[in-house]
Amino acid sequence: MVLSSVKARRAVNYLRSYWTLYLMLLLPIAYFVIFRYIPMTYILIAFKKYSLFQSVWEMPWADNYGFEYFIRAFSSRDFLNAVRNTVMLNVLDLLIGFPAPIIFALLLNELPFRRFKRFTQSVTYMPHFLSWIIIAGLALQVFAPSTGLVNVVLRRLGFDPIPFLNHPTWWVFTYVFLGVWRNLGWNTIIYLAALTGVNPELYEAAEIDGANRWQKIRYVTLPGIQPTIVTLLILNLGQILSSDFDRPYALTNALVYDVSNVIATYVYTYGVRGLQFSLTTAIGLFQSVVCVIFLFTANALAKRYGERGIW
Amino acid sequence: MIKSRRTRIGDYVIAFICLVIVLTCLLPMLHVLARSLSASEALIRNQVTLWPKGFNFTAYRLVLSDAKYTWSLLWTGILTVIYTAVAMVMTILCAYPLTYEKLKGRRFINAMILFTMYFNAGTIPMYLLLKDLGLLNRPAVLVIPNALSVFNVIIMRSFFYTIPTSLRESAEIDGAGPVTVLLRIYLPLSKPVLATLSLFYAVARWNGYSDALMFMNDRTYHPIQLLLYNILRSVTAIDVATLEGFRTPGLNETLQAATVMFATVPILLVYPWLQRYFIAGATLGAVRE
Repeated sequence: MVLSSVKARRAVNYLRSYWTLYLMLLLPIAYFVIFRYIPMTYILIAFKKYSLFQSVWEMPWADNYGFEYFIRAFSSRDFLNAVRNTVMLNVLDLLIGFPAPIIFALLLNELPFRRFKRFTQSVTYMPHFLSWIIIAGLALQVFAPSTGLVNVVLRRLGFDPIPFLNHPTWWVFTYVFLGVWRNLGWNTIIYLAALTGVNPELYEAAEIDGANRWQKIRYVTLPGIQPTIVTLLILNLGQILSSDFDRPYALTNALVYDVSNVIATYVYTYGVRGLQFSLTTAIGLFQSVVCVIFLFTANALAKRYGERGIW
Repeated sequence: MIKSRRTRIGDYVIAFICLVIVLTCLLPMLHVLARSLSASEALIRNQVTLWPKGFNFTAYRLVLSDAKYTWSLLWTGILTVIYTAVAMVMTILCAYPLTYEKLKGRRFINAMILFTMYFNAGTIPMYLLLKDLGLLNRPAVLVIPNALSVFNVIIMRSFFYTIPTSLRESAEIDGAGPVTVLLRIYLPLSKPVLATLSLFYAVARWNGYSDALMFMNDRTYHPIQLLLYNILRSVTAIDVATLEGFRTPGLNETLQAATVMFATVPILLVYPWLQRYFIAGATLGAVRE
């Protein structure tokens, strides 16, 4: 009796000092439940025949043990094309867009002119704050076939104009280039922060040993930011099948549909516009599951090779 | 420290590469600015590179006299302010209690929040939920469904962790409750992160358009980005018309450039102000559990 009353008094005291914290959490938790967890119950639609007039639970199961819509998705050429494009664009982003800021951060780190360095940072961070539609607008004015700045200059120099936005191969190039352009500066922030954590004594020791600039980068700087690189690489690998909507949607046009059709735009076209809810929910589920699998695999691999991983 | 000659040459090479990158970032902006201020005839003849030819404000005057533009600017402004306020309040409400290590259920709530970062239901379930909630095509759909970003909560919480708990404890001894501690100690000390996250939310709302495209059919409530998108799209069709001599040649191109500038300028205006804060904020995001 005595013990339980002590417990009860403790609980009352705990609540008396902390109840406001739970009150504060009420709204955010409601938000997560309603807008992040309840949508997960709608995933059932992927396995059911969607009907406007029934609740998710009442709808009849889809054929083929509920997997009808997955089968349909994977026998659709348009969807397979979207998967191919999503993977292709993400891999290119990873191959080019991932190392670029690392190299740029190393350059900035070596730059001795303080004010010029700060100016470079200010200017190169800026594109990150422009929307993809604005960037598409800029691209249109700079890369347009006949009136764009680049092609005007090319023609004056006696070269043929380049169809940056209208030819599939060149469009992919432009897509990747604009991605690098937008995030090159911004993504250096995290590496530069990691670089400030490198012990300066290591540089002094390397200098005493007669190391030149490249050797110092190779043996001191790079190992210093390696954990950061690995963490970001894992997160990026986890995104290999995820697809951004804003970027391809803003940059696409009818001439390059064959390479610009990605999963996100496919879901928009067939789901929101075409009202094929079961099919597109199935596709969304496939995408989310693959993303989680990739993330776990990349993380496990990193841990096996002696890195810390992301959790 | 004496530097060898070779190193100094290397420094200039690096500076040159950085300069090229800086120019790649700046020149497109300057080019579009020049176009927006140029005479249409100069544009048609491709005479404009980085300096306006036939300097005039016609395009800007046209944009500002069009009710559709001015409303869109105004509406997107209002929307951005409301969204940023809502999202900041939600982020503080979520991040602050989780800094109390003694809070029971803290680990569970943390896990519940983090899980949503790695797994989401997808576009269509969200669409159907909003339909069932009756939020579709209501202005609130542009605020509520994204009222909280897990990433920003993590940044905010990491910043709160850097505030010494001794400050809180001594306030508690004086009888201050969690709300008082938040208002009197935590928020005043968190100005840099508050500025950073406000910037992140405001920019996300100002730049965002996919939610409006999917969840809002009423064009009155479309943010400026979608208006801009439609203008950029329609220009190709109008180009054909100009070729056949129907309209003032080149005017649409100047207009297009002016619209791009209109959607960009608000961001460029707040950017230098907030720049000194956001680097600290962006770095905090890297601080892990």
